[in-house]
Amino acid sequence: MFEYALKGNKRYWAWLLILTGIIAAGFYSYLHQLNYGLGITGMSRNVSWGIYIAQFTFIVGIAASAVMVVLPYYLHNYKAFSKTTILGEFLAIPSVIMCMLFVFADLGQPSRVVNIFLYPTLHSIMFWDVVSLSGYLILNVIITRVTLSAEHNSIAPPKWIRPIIILSIPWAISIHTVTAFLFSGLAGRPFWLTAILAPRFLASAFSAGPSLLVIFCLILKRLTSFDAGENAIKKLGVIITYAMCANIFFILMEIFTAFYSGIPDHVSHFQYLYTGIDGNVKLVPWMWVSAIFSIISLILLLTPKLRNNNKIFFFTCLIIFLSIWIDKGLGLVITGFIPTAFGKVIEYSPTFTELSISAGIWAFGLFLITIFYKIALSIKNSTSSVMIKEVTTVNV
Amino acid sequence: MNKGRRKFIKLAGLAAFGIATEQIVSSKAQSKATEIISNRGRQTKKSLNSASAAKVRLAMVVDLRKCVSQNGCTKCIDSCNKEHNVPDFGETKDEVKWIWKEPYEGAFMDQENLYMKDQLKDKMVPVFCNNCDNPPCVEVCPTQATYKRDDGIVMMDWHRCIGCRYCMAACPYGSRSFNWRDPRQFIKEVNPNFPTRTKGVVEKCEFCAERIDNGLPPACVEACSAKALVFGNINDPDSEVRKLLKDNFSVRRKPGLGTGPEIYYLV
Repeated sequence: MFEYALKGNKRYWAWLLILTGIIAAGFYSYLHQLNYGLGITGMSRNVSWGIYIAQFTFIVGIAASAVMVVLPYYLHNYKAFSKTTILGEFLAIPSVIMCMLFVFADLGQPSRVVNIFLYPTLHSIMFWDVVSLSGYLILNVIITRVTLSAEHNSIAPPKWIRPIIILSIPWAISIHTVTAFLFSGLAGRPFWLTAILAPRFLASAFSAGPSLLVIFCLILKRLTSFDAGENAIKKLGVIITYAMCANIFFILMEIFTAFYSGIPDHVSHFQYLYTGIDGNVKLVPWMWVSAIFSIISLILLLTPKLRNNNKIFFFTCLIIFLSIWIDKGLGLVITGFIPTAFGKVIEYSPTFTELSISAGIWAFGLFLITIFYKIALSIKNSTSSVMIKEVTTVNV
Repeated sequence: MNKGRRKFIKLAGLAAFGIATEQIVSSKAQSKATEIISNRGRQTKKSLNSASAAKVRLAMVVDLRKCVSQNGCTKCIDSCNKEHNVPDFGETKDEVKWIWKEPYEGAFMDQENLYMKDQLKDKMVPVFCNNCDNPPCVEVCPTQATYKRDDGIVMMDWHRCIGCRYCMAACPYGSRSFNWRDPRQFIKEVNPNFPTRTKGVVEKCEFCAERIDNGLPPACVEACSAKALVFGNINDPDSEVRKLLKDNFSVRRKPGLGTGPEIYYLV
């Protein structure tokens, strides 16, 4: 099936070439980091996790969100998702790989990563996160491989794959729950020490992930002969609306508990995020952009006329993705360390090397998504007689 | 540890082999140091079963009434840095600290008091790793590179640490430092009796486990001419630490978190 990835038009190859350039730059930066040490990043003794772990946390959500198409399609037999399900699964695989790369980039001694398996430590949540992420990767690789090759050969997928698909549903929930537990189980970090962190992670994941999927579907519709179908996009819109409502609700609950209780340790982190402390305001503009995007997106989502207009809906999905990326991929992890255990405010900003490595990993993820989508759509097209009439070669 | 290293070489392939050899070569130069840290009290399954309900629990009492750190005294810090090859980068971003001074209101954030003794307000408090009874760092470490000895000391295995810094996120006391870059060229005077570290691993105060095992008190305790630091077995009712705690009011840092810090401050 891989041969499909080797056939494409100029636009396809140009896109892959751009991504390869960003990946190469990121790899070069990583060699610098490997040589110098993590001191080359903006992280410090006080803010000891930065953009790598933040990106990891955000992308775990994207990986988990595949369940939002898998569940309706396989559990409820919702046929409108017949085309988007494979895209969801093929979004999950590169996402998990990106997660692993971000964690790997964050390690001080990457050559010792096997120690996690040599000394399995059941009381460490990080061990369980590695287990759940690897398991999720394996499940999705098996599922996509088996269902696609069945489609390729125009036969029904084997029966044994169904229990594996059903297993992937709770497994998807588990990867983001365990990732939330990484943070919410730490007594010394009041910002993360909240039981609603896992539900909040899931709600934001189920808004941002399907939004990204809609963005991909609408881009593919414009650039290629692929059409996810009006019903699929509309249904995703409903899913995103519910998830986004829950997400905003959860954030407001956090803010209520922190400010009404008035416990300084809990208030100070939110103060840092939304007003800054003693002139330390690096994250403030970002957080307000995120908040404003959230509110605008909610209005656009809750008005059916606007939600069902694809052009506006594309924009809505874009600002949801950005809003949650800021909230989770910047604010959530970094602010856990600000103020410090001594009540000091020491800020963090990523260095160029750090950003270049992060961009490289994102580009690698997009590279994989492109190739996987190319293969999936080629197979879908070659097996659909209607499509064959319309196009002879596939333009991705 | 040697056994672990052998296993590591066997399993991790050629790339890891190169690094492991490098470690062996560098540790040859410090054969004495390696000897000292070769076991470092890691609990084996056997010792876990036979541990007689921890007869010894090491703890420290810091008498802030005697401590003169606010006058610029850094004797405990200097002796520790020298003993343990703690590097001095000359900046705060990458710094590695085992003992350092914090203002009272920073060290005891949860005991905020608007009106307190004048002496306490300006007090600089020496802070260390609390070598907790329920250390969150040990709980979260994915490789058991940080572990608790039978006598309660929380240790670091710098050869096993993968540098994920989960322990730093988990520590409520900011007691852990990471080697953001190669520390070796920033050590003023290398003590050949103690290992130096590589970049990419976490380290912290270990109550001078290497000295205790040789019957010596911790370096900071020895260096303190004001006799403000007292160290001993807190499970022994006749020990000096217990007597001090019996006769004086003491506080601990963030005791409400349930970590069971083993450094007691007399105020």
